[in-house]
Amino acid sequence: MSLTLKALKKSPWVFHVNTGACNNCDIEILDALTPRFDLERFGIVLVGSIRHADVLLISGPVTRNILPRLKRLYDQAPKPIKVIVVGACGCTCGIFKDGYNIIGPVDKHIPVDAYVPGCPPKPETLIAGVVKVLSTL
Amino acid sequence: MDAARYLVDYLIFPGFLFTAVVGLLTTWVDRKVTARIHWRVGPPWYQPFADTVKLLGKEVIVPAGARKTGFLLMPIVGLAAATLASTILWKANLDPGNSFIGDSIVVLYIMTIPAIAMILGASASGNPLAILGGAREMKLLFAYELPLVIAMLTTVYKAESFSFENILRMQADSGQFLGSFSGTLAFIVAIFCAQAKCSLLPFDIAEAETELAGGAHIEYSGAPYAVVRLNMAIMLFIVPVFIVTMFWGGFTFVGWKILTSILKYVAVIVIMVLIKNTNPRVRIDQAVRFFWGPMLVLSIIALILAVLGY
Repeated sequence: MSLTLKALKKSPWVFHVNTGACNNCDIEILDALTPRFDLERFGIVLVGSIRHADVLLISGPVTRNILPRLKRLYDQAPKPIKVIVVGACGCTCGIFKDGYNIIGPVDKHIPVDAYVPGCPPKPETLIAGVVKVLSTL
Repeated sequence: MDAARYLVDYLIFPGFLFTAVVGLLTTWVDRKVTARIHWRVGPPWYQPFADTVKLLGKEVIVPAGARKTGFLLMPIVGLAAATLASTILWKANLDPGNSFIGDSIVVLYIMTIPAIAMILGASASGNPLAILGGAREMKLLFAYELPLVIAMLTTVYKAESFSFENILRMQADSGQFLGSFSGTLAFIVAIFCAQAKCSLLPFDIAEAETELAGGAHIEYSGAPYAVVRLNMAIMLFIVPVFIVTMFWGGFTFVGWKILTSILKYVAVIVIMVLIKNTNPRVRIDQAVRFFWGPMLVLSIIALILAVLGY
């Protein structure tokens, strides 16, 4: 295992995108970053710019309006980047699957490394997802 | 022979390698103390090193609208300047004989170059948010430099010299400058200016993560971002060192004074981290008003007290 990969496992910086979710998953993501779970122990930090990110957290079914932005964000991210989909909507479109403005789950448009199902997933589930992605590196 | 010695000084011992390692450890102290204030555990000590190594391995992206040379060169210019300031400061602290006439002015000048390099790099990136961050950084630079210079002048007046040698000798002979009324006032002003210089919280207006998403650094990725972060770490290291040298008797590495030297440095860092964690971000106009109002008045009072002999 190379040194940079080892370092990547020790400091995955997270960028958070909402692609049309109902905000419930976003609240759970923020809960996971609170002092109670203290993800900075593992070097996980929420960053404000996609250029600094190592992990892309995507919540929500992809709507027609957000799709070009999502693809652009993925292109703008410095590689290697890991994509984690949070919530039932992102994994399968969930209850919105028949919506007129929904075009497919996230993995139809960009490659996805991990799915964290749940409506919304608990912060513990989210942390388990991140750990699984890091263990595949 | 002299050239080789200067090169070793600049690149290894008081210079780049030493400064980078201690600077990154300082950012760990910052993060750990912040975490303890939040009742968290906080990151392990090697976290800043892991961040740096990881960033070195990431892809480097130059945005389509950016000026490539300026965008990639400016972090290195800032890093070179910060390293030079650290080298001069430490050479003077380790052996006052290495001091030269007016070196405190030189260090004060060089410490503004990382901020200017950040402004230029932000303007070269072609991102509107980065340009906004650069503009804010420039206003902040104008705001905090004036009180900082006047606070420094109080020490200079007492020591009757601009060189670190005389400043350190005066403090060794007639007590630390912080012990006098004027020294305490000047120290308070300098701490607030250091807060702005290191872009820590009440004055991290230039990189405001919630509104500008990283501000001036928004477009940096991979190795250049590692250099930018190293730059900030080194600034967090040398600004307290400068303050301790000017107001708190400097550093001595003989006998038990090693311990007090390190404690003085950590105390200044912890004061800055406490200010950072207990204050919300101010607007740019509030910051300028704060520095040109209360801080300027306080520093002028300190200077008058120093002239009167308090």
